[in-house]
Amino acid sequence: MAQKLPHKDVVIIGLGWTASILANELTDEGLEVVAIERGPWRDTGTDFNINYVQDELRYGIRLDLFQRPTQDTVTFRNNGDQTALPVRQFGSFLPGNGVGGAGVHWNGHTWRFLPSDFRCRSHLEERYGANFIPSELSIQDWGVTYEEMEASYDKFEYLAGISGQAGNLNGQQTGHGNPFEGPRKRDYPQGPLPMNYGPTIFAEAARKCGYHPFPTPAANSSGFYTNPLGLTMGPCTMCGFCERFACANYSKASAQVNVLPHLMQKSNFEARTNCEVMKINLDSTGKKATGVTYVDSSGEEWEQTADLVISCAFIFENVRLLMLSGIGEIYDPKTQKGTIGRNYAYQTNSGIQMFFDDKNFNPFIAAGALGQSVDDFNGDNFDHSGLDFVGGSGFNCIPTNARPILNRPTPPGTPKWGSEWKKATKDHYLSTLSYSLQGSSYASPGNHLDMDPAYTDRFGRPLMRMTFDFPDNDIRMTSYCTDKAAEIAKQLNPKQMVVSKRKKPYSVVPYQSTHNTGGAIMGTDPTKSALNRYLQSWDVPNLFVIGANAFPQNAGYNPTGTVGALAFWAAEAIRTQYLKNPGALVQA
Amino acid sequence: MKRLIRYTLVALALGSSAAYAGDDQSFTAIQKGRDLAILGDCAACHTAPGGQAYAGGLELQTPFGIIASSNITPDRETGIGAWSDEQFYNALHNGTTPHGSHLYPAMPYPAYTKLTREDTDAIHAYLQTLQPVNKSVVTNRLPFPFNIRADMAVWNALNFTEGTFKPDPQKSPEWNRGAYIVEGLGHCGTCHTPKNVMGGDKNSAHLEGASLQGWFAPNITNDQRLGIGSWSEDDLVQYLKTGSNARTIASGPMAEEIEKSSARWTDADLKAVAVYLKDLKPAHPGDNAQPIAADDKRMTAGAAIYKDRCAGCHQDSGKGGAKLFPALAGSAIVQQPDATTLMRVVLQGSQGAGTSGAPTHPAMPSFSHTLNDDQVASVLTYIRNSWGNAASAVAGGDVKSLRKNSPGG
Repeated sequence: MAQKLPHKDVVIIGLGWTASILANELTDEGLEVVAIERGPWRDTGTDFNINYVQDELRYGIRLDLFQRPTQDTVTFRNNGDQTALPVRQFGSFLPGNGVGGAGVHWNGHTWRFLPSDFRCRSHLEERYGANFIPSELSIQDWGVTYEEMEASYDKFEYLAGISGQAGNLNGQQTGHGNPFEGPRKRDYPQGPLPMNYGPTIFAEAARKCGYHPFPTPAANSSGFYTNPLGLTMGPCTMCGFCERFACANYSKASAQVNVLPHLMQKSNFEARTNCEVMKINLDSTGKKATGVTYVDSSGEEWEQTADLVISCAFIFENVRLLMLSGIGEIYDPKTQKGTIGRNYAYQTNSGIQMFFDDKNFNPFIAAGALGQSVDDFNGDNFDHSGLDFVGGSGFNCIPTNARPILNRPTPPGTPKWGSEWKKATKDHYLSTLSYSLQGSSYASPGNHLDMDPAYTDRFGRPLMRMTFDFPDNDIRMTSYCTDKAAEIAKQLNPKQMVVSKRKKPYSVVPYQSTHNTGGAIMGTDPTKSALNRYLQSWDVPNLFVIGANAFPQNAGYNPTGTVGALAFWAAEAIRTQYLKNPGALVQA
Repeated sequence: MKRLIRYTLVALALGSSAAYAGDDQSFTAIQKGRDLAILGDCAACHTAPGGQAYAGGLELQTPFGIIASSNITPDRETGIGAWSDEQFYNALHNGTTPHGSHLYPAMPYPAYTKLTREDTDAIHAYLQTLQPVNKSVVTNRLPFPFNIRADMAVWNALNFTEGTFKPDPQKSPEWNRGAYIVEGLGHCGTCHTPKNVMGGDKNSAHLEGASLQGWFAPNITNDQRLGIGSWSEDDLVQYLKTGSNARTIASGPMAEEIEKSSARWTDADLKAVAVYLKDLKPAHPGDNAQPIAADDKRMTAGAAIYKDRCAGCHQDSGKGGAKLFPALAGSAIVQQPDATTLMRVVLQGSQGAGTSGAPTHPAMPSFSHTLNDDQVASVLTYIRNSWGNAASAVAGGDVKSLRKNSPGG
């Protein structure tokens, strides 16, 4: 029996980026807020020591900062005819664990989605006609527009001290930056990082192809920056240990660097770590959340009551908690009814590798988001008339690292070990340049999340079951875009180039991306979305669910910029509307 | 709050002895006492780690042995609940207890003697409002012969000058307020003034820096190189209020002082302290120390280590970055004659002050496992003698002995 704890105004599940933002905004309203985090406390000073933080074996291979499969995992299958099996070693995606969440070990690419991304279905129908969208796709509008989101994007970018270059200021092209981006009210808070050699020649070649390269917007700080909370970032040293690693230099934006030292000083905020939420509790009507039940590290069960519950975990746990708590109806792909688990999507990536013998890229001088991007073939930035797909890909030349264990580029045909392999790694370590395509992942009725009928976690709760394969639309999209991207490599005339197109079936083994999205999506129709446009549950109005779970489908961009913006967007709605008049902010 | 300060200023300016009216349990008196207790940072010493505030028990390491702070909650048995205002005044003013015995000067009565009676009454009134905590503390843990309290009569005769602060009529009320805080309640000299063999203040070297508890409290006179000569009043105010300014970030005991005490002072008091400190004479006006030559073996070794291990944060220029990485170039703490703080910070790491004005709370990591004694010595010699800095070389042996006393060293 859970022991009851003193009531709070707000209980937040998790303590990563979105939880920190919501907690900070709501404590500013004077509310008593508690965050309940499954993993350990971590902060820069204590846990991210410069003398060991670049330990590739500990962090890069043994995945020290990540969720352990014994804590929680998912089962996986490609389609409904298969039996799902549990992922016993994370591979394709690497969910985070602990304070800061996946925002500790990210690379820092911080994008805004395109205006057309937010009105995905309406936009495509308006531009190409009602029948253009392939019938295998269940893409939807978000219920919020880019114009409405602009202020929230701005808040996140200034909080995180993003380094970049505006392409579109108030509707005017600036002549640099991304010409395809939606209009922004002001420039990035910091100028772009100094560019290194690989991306520089990539950009020159892209321009020769008629494309429009620009510095990738980065959460790796290009200088000293103090954010609106008074928290300071230092310039990135380009050590090349971003993804899978924490930053010791206060250079990569994270909850630890950009929010928590401020938040932790507030007397009306409390963080409880190593505490895992079991479920969101409902009252007898099933329409009101009364708080959460959680288990601490000694196995004790506690009930934390609160007026408002905000679920800020990673998408898998956000969606699973809804299912475990009996909130909303679990989506059934056969009837296409139900909202929880609907529109799970991912990212459709491919890559191009170039081997030179006359170039030295010094690839170890790198940062997670230091590079050049091309957006000409992203989203609906190009005319899809006459093409057999919707969606697109960003081209990103961002050589993030040359870490000694995992980064040993060798041409195809090289043995995997022995003296020939050694010679090949020596020959190609400095002179290989890769770039990648990050493609949209459009929802399809068969791709979804639900509860596994067989496998349970250590508490006996059903694991989440993931059913996913790339829709044929997305395979056609990535093939087309990869050919367009290969034009850049041809300009550079490498000795050898290797084009790796994405193929079906999707595999959970090789790492692809931790950009898992959907499952509790936002929208305008309560029969097709779990959340309204403010990320408020249609079913339980004193519950908000924040994160990439809300994306109706995924765009060709990294999600963190949009996730951060959604956190500010929801916080604003809670502060200015919900607290004055608690209840549904949109009538179903 | 503003009114209280004005009262105090008027009182100091006029030399009046009736600064505030009303009974000692009035809200105004208690409020004033609380602010004064913060100004004096009483809780810092009178609270054990993890213990209840003001209940004592913190062990102070002195050159003579351990002294634990006493319980000053109003518990009648184990605290000071039975003390009168007069007895409380005597403890602060003369270092004597109600039983007639002597306090050890770890309780800084040589500074507190400057407090006015009104102020000690107000502090006492505030302390009487605290929750009594029944907790006995054996304060005197000194070895023989220092454990004989009667020794203190002799000590006092040689090292202690009793006397309430006398305002200097030639100076502004602000300067006098600053002097009252620095020399009295703020007891800056307790850390920053070197001690003689008996542990008394070496008055000839007032505020010129001293080592204590494995740290070196730097010179805070107006020396250009070693003190705060190049600091503006605003630099000082920002430092004391937030823990950092464009030049440096507080660490160690000073970070604690700022977080618990001076970050909570009024702006007027901060300004007054800055005005007073900036008016102090430099201790070594003709100082022209010469740096160790850049081609010295220790310097070239240190330069290589600096580039590899330090420059990422502190920058090649040694200028660091405001509020995050302290500047080493031109830093007084870097150039103190005693490099204890530097060695300690490199070996053990250190978390800078975190306040609402500078919340980042940045940390210097420990390098004890990646740099050996000679490497620490070389890199410190390098930073002490680069970018215009000049100071004595650090020896590997000094690092070695400090490391022996470092946790995890």
